[in-house]
Amino acid sequence: MTWVNTILQGLLLGGIFAMAAGGLSLMFGVMRIANLAHGDLMILGGYAAAVSTLHLGVPVPLTVLVSMAVLGGLGYLLQRTLLDRAMALSELAPMMVTFGIAVMIPNALAEVFSNDAQPLNIGALGTASIELGGGLAIGWFPLLTVVAAVLVLTGLHLFLHRTQIGRITRATADDPEVVRLMGVDNLKIYALTTVISLVTVALAGTLYAMRQGGVTPYEGQLTVLFAFETVVIGGLGSLWGTLAGGLVLGVAQSAGAQISPDLPLLAGHVVFLLVLVFRPQGLFGRSVLA
Amino acid sequence: MTGLELHAVDAGYGDFQALFAISLHVAEGELLALVGANGAGKSTLLRIIAGSLRPFRGSIRFDGADIADLSDIRRARAGIGLVPEGRRLFPSLTVEENLRVGAGTGRKGRWDLKGVYEVLPLLAERRDRRAARLSGGEQQAVAIGRALMGNPRLLLLDEVSLGLAPVVVDQLYAALPDIRTSGTTVVLVEQDLSRTFAVADRLCCLLEGRIALSGLASALTRAQVTEAYFGTASVSAPEVTS
Repeated sequence: MTWVNTILQGLLLGGIFAMAAGGLSLMFGVMRIANLAHGDLMILGGYAAAVSTLHLGVPVPLTVLVSMAVLGGLGYLLQRTLLDRAMALSELAPMMVTFGIAVMIPNALAEVFSNDAQPLNIGALGTASIELGGGLAIGWFPLLTVVAAVLVLTGLHLFLHRTQIGRITRATADDPEVVRLMGVDNLKIYALTTVISLVTVALAGTLYAMRQGGVTPYEGQLTVLFAFETVVIGGLGSLWGTLAGGLVLGVAQSAGAQISPDLPLLAGHVVFLLVLVFRPQGLFGRSVLA
Repeated sequence: MTGLELHAVDAGYGDFQALFAISLHVAEGELLALVGANGAGKSTLLRIIAGSLRPFRGSIRFDGADIADLSDIRRARAGIGLVPEGRRLFPSLTVEENLRVGAGTGRKGRWDLKGVYEVLPLLAERRDRRAARLSGGEQQAVAIGRALMGNPRLLLLDEVSLGLAPVVVDQLYAALPDIRTSGTTVVLVEQDLSRTFAVADRLCCLLEGRIALSGLASALTRAQVTEAYFGTASVSAPEVTS
């Protein structure tokens, strides 16, 4: 029964990883940008939420929206001012830009808010759970996180496949020069992609901060690793793979923790490496954007 | 003046000049065929008209307006549709999705999914197939259909028949009269002289980036075109059919 519980908790943990990885996968799929700042932007999203309730008195549930709005706006500026130009330079330049941002964000946060955690307390929701009997319980909040992850990834999938803008986004991923011949500005599509990516990572970061009860500056260095591992395990370019990848990573970490408290990270990395060795295309890998 | 008008256009890539003092006029609803050997500058000329490439100098007017400074995006919205060399489909999208993206110009008109499927019936059966899994002829049909979905007033077709079996090319050309009934102006690049003479109102032969010969198709002979094609005065030059 302990192991059933372990797997269950792991699946619930995986929700956050999946959500964080969705935006990473989208940006890479459309623009071939490996966003190394994704984890730090996620933490920045957590800060936006925590700071808005601490200093501006925004009710905690609404901090999610504040965070999404702030990061969405930031995403637009980031794409328009830096990434568009970097993309015009070379294939590697955008990654270097995101690396720079990944260095700047945590240092700026530490400078402004110190290394102390910025609390983001969700009160009773943090501990409330549903008893399943037999010693099994599902926390309301982790459950909410998984539901949110499924909704986000489903939403992304429907957007990409059922709407005209979504189709155009996938077409832009295939050939940005040719969409211009159809009257489509590929740079606008890039901006939209980055906004969507950062809005979803803001949601992930806020839920992450809520789950931990607060957020500290340097956590992005770890979360970006989880996000990349999730994408690789699930398979690049497949949103369902991303969900599966998040859940697999969550279960691996949770199983590691069950064996020994030092093991969660190692267990996650080992599963990631095993996937790379035995199934490099990932569980649901395809060569094109889903 | 309506239609398309180029005046003294020089163009090229970097230091390399591919087109020299190109001036031509295509009236609205006309079909102009560009002929010429490989490397004569035909595709470059189409790219200049579509705006994918900026000319070094010269003016380009479309329906009386100077469009030389308009980006490729704005020209597409203004009704210039290019079927690019090598088809350039979106490989991960299905046939129907490729067509729908073509409607990105936001222009209304006679062409929608239904209309395109009627004129290019082979696409209707394959609408859910990924573009990467189509034969060359099917891909070319999608590329044409995709451009039509944008309801262009000027359609640029770059080597529609390249690498395709003659019977497939016949099917594609069968769609041309339908396309032209809506008053669409067409500029096409074609290597096959018999086909060119069969469809063109006007002919323009490029030789090493310069116009070697141009005029109404009805007023030109194959011998004249062949001569201009090779840049020789020899009347006994072989007939060009490929």
